Amino acid sequence: MINIDTHTHVRGESIYLDDITELQGTLYAAVYGAPVAHAKIISLQIEEAAAMPGVHRIFTYKDIPGINQIGGIVADEPLFAHNEIHFNGMPIALVVAESVEIAQSAIKKIKLETEALPVITDPRVAKEKGLLITPPRTFKIGDSENAFAKCKYIFEGVAETNGQEHLYIETQGAYAIPLEDGSFKIYSSTQGPTAVQRHIAEVLSLPMHRFEVDTTRLGGGFGGKEDQATVWAIFCALATFHLKKPVKYSLHRMEDMRMTGKRNPYSSDFKIGLTEDLKILAYEASFYQNAGASADLSPAVLERTLFHSTNSYHVPNVTATAYCCRTNLVPNTAFRGFGGPQGMFVIEAAIAKAAESLQVPASEIQYKNLVKTGDEFPYGQIAESEAIACWNKADELYDVKKKRKEIEDFNATHTQLKKGISLMPICFGISFTKIFMNQARALIHVYQDGSIKLSTGAVEMGQGVNTKMVQVAAMVLGVKPIHIKIASTNTYRIANTSPSAASATADLNGKAVEMACNAIMERLIPLAAEILKAEPSEISIVDEWVYIKDLKSTLHWKTLIAEAYLKRIGLSEHSHYATPVINFNASIEKGHPFAYHVYGTAITTVTLDCIRGTYEIDAVDIVHDFGQSMNPTIDLGQIEGGLVQGIGWMTMEEIVFDDEGKLRSNALSTYKVPDIYSVPKKVNTHFLKTDQENMAIFRSKAVGEPPLMYGIGSYFALRNAVLAFNPQSSIALSAPITPEKVLMGLYLKKPTLND
Amino acid sequence: MGTKIGCREGDCGACTVLVGEILAGKLIYHSVTSCLMPLGNAAGKHIVTIEGINGTNLTPVQQAFANEGATQCGFCTPGFIVSLTGLCVSENEPSYDAAINAMNGNICRCTGYKSIERAAKTVANNLQQRKQPALEYAISQNMVPEYFSEIPARLKQLDGITRSKNAEAKKMGGGTDLYVQQHEQLHHEELNFLLQDDELKRINYLNDECYIGAGVTVSQLAGSAVLKNAFPGWDHYIKLVSSTQIRNMATLAGNFINASPIGDFTIFFLALNAQIKFNNGEKNRILPLQELYAGYKKIKKEPEEIITEIIFKLPGQNDLFNFEKVSKRTNLDIASVNSAMHIKMKDGKIIYAALSAGGVGPVPAYLAKSSAYLQDREGSVETLHELLKMVQQEISPISDARGKADYKRLLLAQLIKAHFIKFFPGLPIDKILALSA
Repeated sequence: MINIDTHTHVRGESIYLDDITELQGTLYAAVYGAPVAHAKIISLQIEEAAAMPGVHRIFTYKDIPGINQIGGIVADEPLFAHNEIHFNGMPIALVVAESVEIAQSAIKKIKLETEALPVITDPRVAKEKGLLITPPRTFKIGDSENAFAKCKYIFEGVAETNGQEHLYIETQGAYAIPLEDGSFKIYSSTQGPTAVQRHIAEVLSLPMHRFEVDTTRLGGGFGGKEDQATVWAIFCALATFHLKKPVKYSLHRMEDMRMTGKRNPYSSDFKIGLTEDLKILAYEASFYQNAGASADLSPAVLERTLFHSTNSYHVPNVTATAYCCRTNLVPNTAFRGFGGPQGMFVIEAAIAKAAESLQVPASEIQYKNLVKTGDEFPYGQIAESEAIACWNKADELYDVKKKRKEIEDFNATHTQLKKGISLMPICFGISFTKIFMNQARALIHVYQDGSIKLSTGAVEMGQGVNTKMVQVAAMVLGVKPIHIKIASTNTYRIANTSPSAASATADLNGKAVEMACNAIMERLIPLAAEILKAEPSEISIVDEWVYIKDLKSTLHWKTLIAEAYLKRIGLSEHSHYATPVINFNASIEKGHPFAYHVYGTAITTVTLDCIRGTYEIDAVDIVHDFGQSMNPTIDLGQIEGGLVQGIGWMTMEEIVFDDEGKLRSNALSTYKVPDIYSVPKKVNTHFLKTDQENMAIFRSKAVGEPPLMYGIGSYFALRNAVLAFNPQSSIALSAPITPEKVLMGLYLKKPTLND
Repeated sequence: MGTKIGCREGDCGACTVLVGEILAGKLIYHSVTSCLMPLGNAAGKHIVTIEGINGTNLTPVQQAFANEGATQCGFCTPGFIVSLTGLCVSENEPSYDAAINAMNGNICRCTGYKSIERAAKTVANNLQQRKQPALEYAISQNMVPEYFSEIPARLKQLDGITRSKNAEAKKMGGGTDLYVQQHEQLHHEELNFLLQDDELKRINYLNDECYIGAGVTVSQLAGSAVLKNAFPGWDHYIKLVSSTQIRNMATLAGNFINASPIGDFTIFFLALNAQIKFNNGEKNRILPLQELYAGYKKIKKEPEEIITEIIFKLPGQNDLFNFEKVSKRTNLDIASVNSAMHIKMKDGKIIYAALSAGGVGPVPAYLAKSSAYLQDREGSVETLHELLKMVQQEISPISDARGKADYKRLLLAQLIKAHFIKFFPGLPIDKILALSA
């Protein structure tokens, strides 16, 4: 089934935030963001700007009726800077004017006097100074310290990954409309309508039931609109609250890039110990996470780094510690993978270092340590593993031996070009690691003409979740998808939603839809049985016709529904689903936090131009554990899109802050995401067939985040190509591996003792 | 509504529209990023948004995107559809590569492009069946609506609309640089739209000289058979410079006047010793491009002067020319360093050399001393080694978002090695790569 949004998408008729028909009298907002990264505010002058024709009002912290606080996990994030500026771009004032242009020009008239404070951009420096947002956390299994004594080989090093700009093509935005009697409707381009509703209520000191937050779809989210969509909606709501006028704010790309958080950069130390036969016996890692100026979601991101610190490997002795470091950068946030990729990169780097030192292919170490069913993860959950199945299938299907031989031959005969290969196994846990968030609701109405309206807490952002929700309902009710229309995600229809995140949205909301549909069927089946004078157990509905056993009856869905209505049978249902089994005890850092894991293996081959330091990804060959994909077209799209986003993070996407904490890569001209020429020439995806039961909706495993981590393979393939040219290369275990790092790596040799 | 705002600087393609105009008696469509296109440049033309493409049923381009799952969040999709439809109504060879090239200015953050590639393949296969004029075929296949057949007549009715010209007003060419840098100011400024002047849109050749009008777009240059013939790497060079949409608007003169130290065509034509013809409303003045730059973003041009023509000698039988560019992303990106080299050979010796480099100083650099050094030398590894040392003396790169200074020094050396490898294929590559400056 193709994505239900396809028709309007390809015709440009889908409605995003900025396409909503504006009400007469709508005003436009713009934020005055701090021009420096860390300073005391001495004075703020807004009078001249406020006096400009067309400017309605300028708001600051003084105009907040409730609390000047929007921190979701930790209350450390003021909506408006009050006494102190914590990052460049931190909102200080909000201009509301009759046009975007007026609002933007008024911004330029605002004057600010500050007293500079020291700027910290490096998480290790922040840690040294004790600037931790939350206490350090340690995941531990076995006894790594003593295990190192039994290791034949021990390697230590530093691994770094930079941040990543979400670069959803639709920028952040919101539109607030005053309703009667102190209520408001807020259109928000958010992954978390409830977070928007809750924080607006807190800032305005009003109950949540006053705020109808509505989201039809996002033009991309990737985690960037999980928490960080909220602030723009609050600004619009605050202005609407005071001015009693509709207020809209659709960010300029440069505002968005400067004022919204990105993937957390990490700098990490690792120590890996192996036995003579290359079993990883012990692993230690310290993760220094650059959280930025406030917590945002960073503590949760940090937690997932720990959960995935051993990626797809079983290591019996692990000590992994993570520090959530406060710096003077824009608060970093969720991004597809949510800390998992950052953790996985470090163990892959450790394995690469071991392999390079021992002169064996990294894949030899990787394969020997893949996690098996029954193995215990450092956090106590017992694996139900498809890791080896994925790896073996990839090895066989894509003939790794042959690929390796071809590359060796190529490299032996070429000077100017070198090829590299890597294998990247992944293992990603599905569920919010905050157990309480693993709940969802669905509301279904069957109208008397037989048509169906479905509401869930899922937000559509291109991942196809709405299509999957329709598929679930169609399957359970036995009707054609065309008769089901999905409603916008709306806090008046579905309350207390978890954000659409953690790859779990289709599972959680899908299960709720399944329950709601089952409940309606439980009322319809007896009625059908009564009409057809059959036993309820014999009744089913297929393609809108009621069947008795396998025989099609003359009773159509529409007739049945019309009859049900007349019989006063409930044709609506609201259902609640909470993931069973999962648990986690953070005081001992043990439990069973994930409903299941997703596995896969990617083989990446690259060609490097050793004159210019440029490169191409020749192919990525994947075997992925989908369980039983309920929509192969959509799921394949997630694999390919996630992979390329991961490759972008590992190769060309380079966030540059200067020492003063100012973002230098602040536009699409200075921050490059993959274009159509830079993607792998070939991407093959094999859907692994598995028999194991799982807790996914219809056994169709979550697919949103895991494929991003296949992109990590591109770093190691390129690194191997660099080493093929210059075995003495000093290239650091640092991503992204830009053409700059490649060229320096090709030509700068490791300093030797004699140097 | 379908035309989306993504970046406002021509780098994402979400706002792509088609511009139709009658050129040499024929209706021609180009894709452009509408964020960088002033309304003044739309006068007398047919502007096609996604709404202008939609029919009752999905067009074959839309259907291909639908079938392949080539749309996820959908925000970039109208831009892709418009870009690829642009190929459908153009007479360009409709190969698969051409279909991809048509969308090279469109960024998608969801799909990873593989599904878009599959859709492009379907569309290209369809177009390859075409045995009639492109627009006629496109209409017959419902790639564009029927009303397109009336456009030539409708555009003719707009003929003869003239607009006042204010010589004092700011001069606007393609707008691809000005609208990135001064978008807000330009809203309120009086503008003189140079591209309305057909005189400036001509490419003329006289003997071995080429005269490029200041209003000639990069796409026009790209399509020139003469230039393709003169520069064997022409298609490759063009592909390294911005995107289809930008090339459809950007002019050579604009690239020179913008004075970016990294302008691709500036570097290209510095090595060709191009001459610029200025006109101040009264008389002409000729200045070598190599003398245009006085300092960072400073040029030796009077405010009332406009470039009318760029003149250069086409490379001949004994000429060798090469252009190199490296950027973080190979395509649609600003160079970290670029370089062009032009030499003439006689009896195994270099009798003339011109070497230019961008990104290694405050202005696009013509490396005069290094160029002079090559005079009467052989194309050898030793010559290259000395050249590399001289070049390092002549440049002063700084660290910025496009790379650190030491990287830019190394990179330029590598690009010069690349020139030599192309010019003198007999030289041992391993020795060249082992050279350090």
